Amino acid sequence: MLLAEQALNGLQYGMMLFLMAAGLTLVFGVMGLINLAHGSLYMFGAFACAAVAAATGSFWLGLAASLVAAAAAGALVEMVVIRRLYARDHLDQVLATFALILVFSEGTRWLFGSFPLYLTLPPTLSGAVVLPGGLHYPLFRLVIIGFGAAVAVGLWWLITRTRLGIRIRAGEADREMIGALGVDIARLYTIVFALGAALAGFAGALVGSMQSVQVGMGEPVLILAFVVVVIGGIGSIKGALVGALLVGMTDTLGKALLPGLFARVLDTSSANTIGASLASMLIYILMAVVLILRPQGLFGARA
Amino acid sequence: MRQTLNRDTAINLIIFGLLVATAVGAQLMGDGFTVTLATKAAIFGLAGVGLNLALGYGGLISFGHAAFFGIGGYVTGIFASHASLGTPVTSLPFTVMGSNEMLGIWPMAMLAAGLAALVIGALSLRTSGVYFIMVTLAFAQMLYYFAISWPRYGGEDGLSFYVRNTFPGLNTFAPLQYFTICAALLAIALVFTAVVTQSRFGLTLQAARQNSQRTVAVGIRPYAIRLTAFVLSGMIVGLAGSLYADLNRFVSPSMLSWHMSGEIMVFVILGGVGRLCGPVAGAAIFILLEQVLGGISDYWQALLGLLLLAIVLFAPGGLIGIVTRRGRNA
Repeated sequence: MLLAEQALNGLQYGMMLFLMAAGLTLVFGVMGLINLAHGSLYMFGAFACAAVAAATGSFWLGLAASLVAAAAAGALVEMVVIRRLYARDHLDQVLATFALILVFSEGTRWLFGSFPLYLTLPPTLSGAVVLPGGLHYPLFRLVIIGFGAAVAVGLWWLITRTRLGIRIRAGEADREMIGALGVDIARLYTIVFALGAALAGFAGALVGSMQSVQVGMGEPVLILAFVVVVIGGIGSIKGALVGALLVGMTDTLGKALLPGLFARVLDTSSANTIGASLASMLIYILMAVVLILRPQGLFGARA
Repeated sequence: MRQTLNRDTAINLIIFGLLVATAVGAQLMGDGFTVTLATKAAIFGLAGVGLNLALGYGGLISFGHAAFFGIGGYVTGIFASHASLGTPVTSLPFTVMGSNEMLGIWPMAMLAAGLAALVIGALSLRTSGVYFIMVTLAFAQMLYYFAISWPRYGGEDGLSFYVRNTFPGLNTFAPLQYFTICAALLAIALVFTAVVTQSRFGLTLQAARQNSQRTVAVGIRPYAIRLTAFVLSGMIVGLAGSLYADLNRFVSPSMLSWHMSGEIMVFVILGGVGRLCGPVAGAAIFILLEQVLGGISDYWQALLGLLLLAIVLFAPGGLIGIVTRRGRNA
């Protein structure tokens, strides 16, 4: 029973990581850009959701606002800053997007203060449901799993079935060629960046509703999303999904099970310590193993 | 060529001289706070010099050098706290006692950081480009979470050790004397970098950065060269971490955090990538900005961010780049 609950938690965590990693991997794959400020867009979405939900009293409007606001912020950032960085080396991209984090974080602190905000879920989304087998499980976590699955299907459809998807894939393959064929690359890049930003902002709003909305919330998630992208392979949406679920499951189950496993051979207090420290490193060990076996990631085409 | 070499040497000497003059001048005026700031600049400069070896000369964009900075710090803190308690650091496989002798702690800090760099580098160098950046970042973050969840040495709260470690013949508590130690190590690291980058090893490293395929074609495998550079770089940063721990008499997981990695990288880029004294200038300017902007606004990091953004977008060579370019045009 505990295992089933933790597996669902892992699935929910994985879906949330997927929302983050999908945007990152798209931006890497299509534009070859490393965007550290992706976590800031996540935070931006969460704050937009909290602010709009507080102003209008409607959680749903807040959720919609997180998508719109993060997409708008993403598009703006792309046009003002990111656009100048595509031709630069990764070092400049890292530094510039690191600078963007500072601006975003301090700007948000200035606007909203240092105290965390809390979102109240509407009654239709709060509470627990009883799953087959008698397990009581928070409804909202199931909703997140559902949203994640819907986004995964939607992205798959977008990329494989639509005109925009064809252009995105073409942009990944050869940016000069699609430019020569008359595709407005600048606009395509802005759209892809805004799409990634919207996903990040949406993830931020969902997680913010579960925990709290605060400055700096995006940074730990960003690093996990990096781990997901490294495991899955750059540019691969499928890789992002598989990697995210692997990381989510490994982290959740490791934290739930390792202390208990160690308690069988060690005394309780050192088992808890060793179990907890090892569990916190588990996903990075997973990443190291994947790198040793496949340096380009599970579904990556090139290293 | 010769003329620009001379100009570079002159700029290097001026940067280092300014740092020393600031500390000595502040001491003469009885301004202990500024001496400490200069010490901090020397230590951060040392960390930047370490990273520059991998990043500037080797082209290895490591976003995880806080790992080595933090390891150096933790080794120092752990040895010092055991020394004050009189307990051994470890008794397996043989007993290692704590120590409060800098001369004993530095090699330990560098060794530990070097070993970590060997493992992290060996794995990370299997990848390149964006992967390398993310993998080094992730490994550093792994150590960060390890430090947070390991309660023995303070966990999230960090580890204080109250007494600064000792150096024979000096009073390490006197601000100027501690500055002298840090500045001397910085000078040694600068000379070391200058010698290494001019050596056959250093030239191969730079060749591998400029054109990896051609290096392979003439029969050199870049992997071992890059790994060596990465380890040396990690050891220097580990030493800087040890000095930083002694400066504050405190270590905490924040020394391992990715903000620290970012800051060390900023020192290098602010000053000028692949320039000998670039990181020193970068670190000094960073600390100056921290003081000046911090006085203007509580939200000074946003101003710092905007400034960094402007430098990346409009002055890609860093600040020394601006100076030398003007010099060449004149």
